[in-house]
Amino acid sequence: MHHAPVSRRDFLMAGGALVISVMVPGAVRTALGQTPVGGKPPLTPDELDSWIAVLPDGSVRAFFGKMDMGQGVDVAIGQIVADELDVAFERVDVVMGDTAFTCNQGGASGSTAIQNGAITLRYAASEARRVLLDRASQKLGAPVEKLIVQDGVVSVVGTPDRNVRYGDLIGGQYFQLKLEWNKRYGNPLVAKGQALPKKPSEYKVVGHSIPQGVVADKVYGKLRYVTDIKVEGMLHARVLRSPTAGCGPVTVDESSISSIPGARVIREKEFVAVVAEHEWDAVRAARALKVTWAPPCTPFPAMESLYDHIRQASVTGREAPVNQGDVEAALKSAHRVIDAEYQWPFQSHASMGPACAVADVRVDHATVWTGTQKPHFARDGVAKLIGLSPEKVRATWVPGPGSYGRNDAGDAALDAALLSKLTGKPVRVQYMRDEATGWDPKGPAGIYRGRAGLDAQGNVVAYDFFAKGFTRQDVATNESDPKDTLVGQLTGYPPKPTVIFQVPAEAYEFANKRCGWECVPPLLERASPLRTGHLRDPLGPETHFGSESFIDEIAHAAGADPVAFRLKYVKNPRHAAVIQAAADKAGWSRRPYPNPRRGKGNVMLGRGFSYTERNGTIVAVVADVEVDRRSGRVWAKRFTVAHDCGLIINPRGLELTIEGNVVMALSRTLFEEVKFDRERVLSVDWTSYPILEIQDAPEQIDIVLINRPDLPASGAGEPSTRTVPAAIANAIFDATGARIRRVPITPERVRAALARA
Amino acid sequence: MTERITLVVDGKSTDVSADPAMPLLYALRSELGLDNPKFGCGLAQCGACTVQVDGRPTRSCVTPVSGVKGKKITTLNGLGTSNRPHPLQTAYIAEQVPQCGYCLSGWMLTAAALLRDTPKPSDKQIRQALAGVKCRCGTHMAILRAVKRAAGSKA
Ligand code: FES
Ligand code: FES
Repeated sequence: MHHAPVSRRDFLMAGGALVISVMVPGAVRTALGQTPVGGKPPLTPDELDSWIAVLPDGSVRAFFGKMDMGQGVDVAIGQIVADELDVAFERVDVVMGDTAFTCNQGGASGSTAIQNGAITLRYAASEARRVLLDRASQKLGAPVEKLIVQDGVVSVVGTPDRNVRYGDLIGGQYFQLKLEWNKRYGNPLVAKGQALPKKPSEYKVVGHSIPQGVVADKVYGKLRYVTDIKVEGMLHARVLRSPTAGCGPVTVDESSISSIPGARVIREKEFVAVVAEHEWDAVRAARALKVTWAPPCTPFPAMESLYDHIRQASVTGREAPVNQGDVEAALKSAHRVIDAEYQWPFQSHASMGPACAVADVRVDHATVWTGTQKPHFARDGVAKLIGLSPEKVRATWVPGPGSYGRNDAGDAALDAALLSKLTGKPVRVQYMRDEATGWDPKGPAGIYRGRAGLDAQGNVVAYDFFAKGFTRQDVATNESDPKDTLVGQLTGYPPKPTVIFQVPAEAYEFANKRCGWECVPPLLERASPLRTGHLRDPLGPETHFGSESFIDEIAHAAGADPVAFRLKYVKNPRHAAVIQAAADKAGWSRRPYPNPRRGKGNVMLGRGFSYTERNGTIVAVVADVEVDRRSGRVWAKRFTVAHDCGLIINPRGLELTIEGNVVMALSRTLFEEVKFDRERVLSVDWTSYPILEIQDAPEQIDIVLINRPDLPASGAGEPSTRTVPAAIANAIFDATGARIRRVPITPERVRAALARA
Repeated sequence: MTERITLVVDGKSTDVSADPAMPLLYALRSELGLDNPKFGCGLAQCGACTVQVDGRPTRSCVTPVSGVKGKKITTLNGLGTSNRPHPLQTAYIAEQVPQCGYCLSGWMLTAAALLRDTPKPSDKQIRQALAGVKCRCGTHMAILRAVKRAAGSKA
């Protein structure tokens, strides 16, 4: 494995020969070729060389500044680049996640890998093709209009033997060409050249279900994960977290671990860790170390009064971004008012493995191997924490346990860096399960209140939907500032939450409509196990559990069929088409609700509908559930999903992505809730924070993909997450006649609701 | 208090000297560099650390290394290779099962034992056999398809 920092120059030229040593997941690939001409262009977004390289053998490297988290967006990027450049898909290698080779396109973020990230790759690939065709035109003595390209071979129309290969036109050389860059980093980054990308009708590779090659590495146990990185001379570290929230260490008894070989305590202000040469010794030392912590305070409300706490809490920010007509007046004059409140708890990322990072901090440079989905931002955070400039820090993403937002990986990267700085050795940190579940940034708890007015004919005359809850960003979306990490907060960078919430995303046209939110202060204004952060589709499932359950309640109050009701108020044809597609595929038929034929035995059957939008992606879901009257168990037996995210790049990859969203959302709806008492978080493992078991997986998920080649591709990694919870709750109502307005919908809550109904 | 212990992993025999109470997982990962079993919880709650010990799916995070002396330990690597894949591996690739893949040892080594003992399991038997194994990415539908596909291909 390569430890020394590799500059971009090393990448294109080493010892006079072109040597490529690119870290791609699981392998180091090497290619030899001729000496490149000209100097090294800087790794900035306005250089074509920052995005595309063509090697002497004609293969292509695409440098992607976003990330794949297992759904295969790198495959999709490869497809897009292959089409723009007219090379076979197999020739394109997508390099991602390494700050030494890629520009900061924001990492994995908000399902924007294709929606935003692909734009520049597409421009860059088409610009590279333009340059290559210009060169070919000179070489072949034929105008560009007379040239065609097939798998990287340019030839003159009609005379196929007059040809030249890409590799011979540029292989091993830099393009040395400027792009027009919008001077932004992260998700909004766009850089483009003069060339116009192809029309969707010209795509040959896009639209096909190319499988992920990395899957084979995974199933043969060949893929190296971040947890598997080993660096010569590295120490293993474990971090100690206070057993009660908000209590710093008072005394640390180092003699308590003196019998463990090589184990020692590293402490910086309130941050305490142990290191040892052998991993097991670090684990044992962390368990054995005697620390006295400041006496417990009681920063949290009693769990059973969480929603009362939110109702009564002061307001740190308030917005009503949707405000049409006069909602209050319309409610007053309504024939009937429907009023309901929904509640969603704190939830954990609970990634499959606790976060891990390895850092090697030297006097004037540093290297960090991290599973974070935003390595560029991790680099910035590490640099700030250890006092180096960002150019001196290289962060390399190595696949880790799945990441669904700002999980614990960002914290581990900075922990490792600080520990390496303090010990002068490379350090590997891995959390234990109780830190992973107990201390990751949480999806925020909140209450969601809907009020609607109906006239005597059952038409909606007023619609009001208001949320009140914790911001989704006690810590920011990334770890570029130590204040947004535990180690930073423990060593002198106090947290600065951002007040940010959201309203439902849909297209209901109600004459008087208002949607808004209020945020409440964090429970603890220092390193907290209940700090909030982005969790897959931040506030999506939370908000739309409320809003789409509420739409269902209005439909029932109006005596309308839930699908017909939605179609009555959704005029946007694209949205309506998705609703219709889900209903058609599921064989939705009009009948009274709740289900008059729910079944006579203990198992009651029902189906529910839900529809949402997320940044241009529209999803409708039908859930078919079985509810066991005696046990209260809900089995979501079948889902039907209609999904429109514009142009589809890879249909099979998209289907698998949607399946994952649906199952994770099902888990969050039925099982997941962070438990706590006045002093601490009690959900610290898979028993105290259960997630879906395979017994609870559906029997079937039917997916209708609506392809819109005329529309730009929008995201798919999250949108279907938000549609699922209300579909389940609405189906439970259909099956039982009982409306459950609080997540998770546990058997106890179902039994209680049945007893009330 | 360290002891020399012989471990037979994926057909190869190696010695480690370790605290006999140390979990097998740490011997495999940190001492022998065999990284397929993953640390997920250390509490026998998730399956990420699964290996087969004499053919039985075993959670190596809670199995003392001294307890498996001389026994046959199989990791994902030992299940099959790209040249000689186990039918489950072929099926997993065909079905494109994993997202992050961190959970794979639990699912695959448990399912491999099921298919060995029950070559044609029903959906219910598969779900029962795999109870307790976790996948946070939610790939359960693909897992069920892959196990059924592997069962079919074994006929
Ligand atoms: S790591 Fe062993 S069961 Fe979770
Ligand atoms: S694929 Fe990520 S946990 Fe299973």
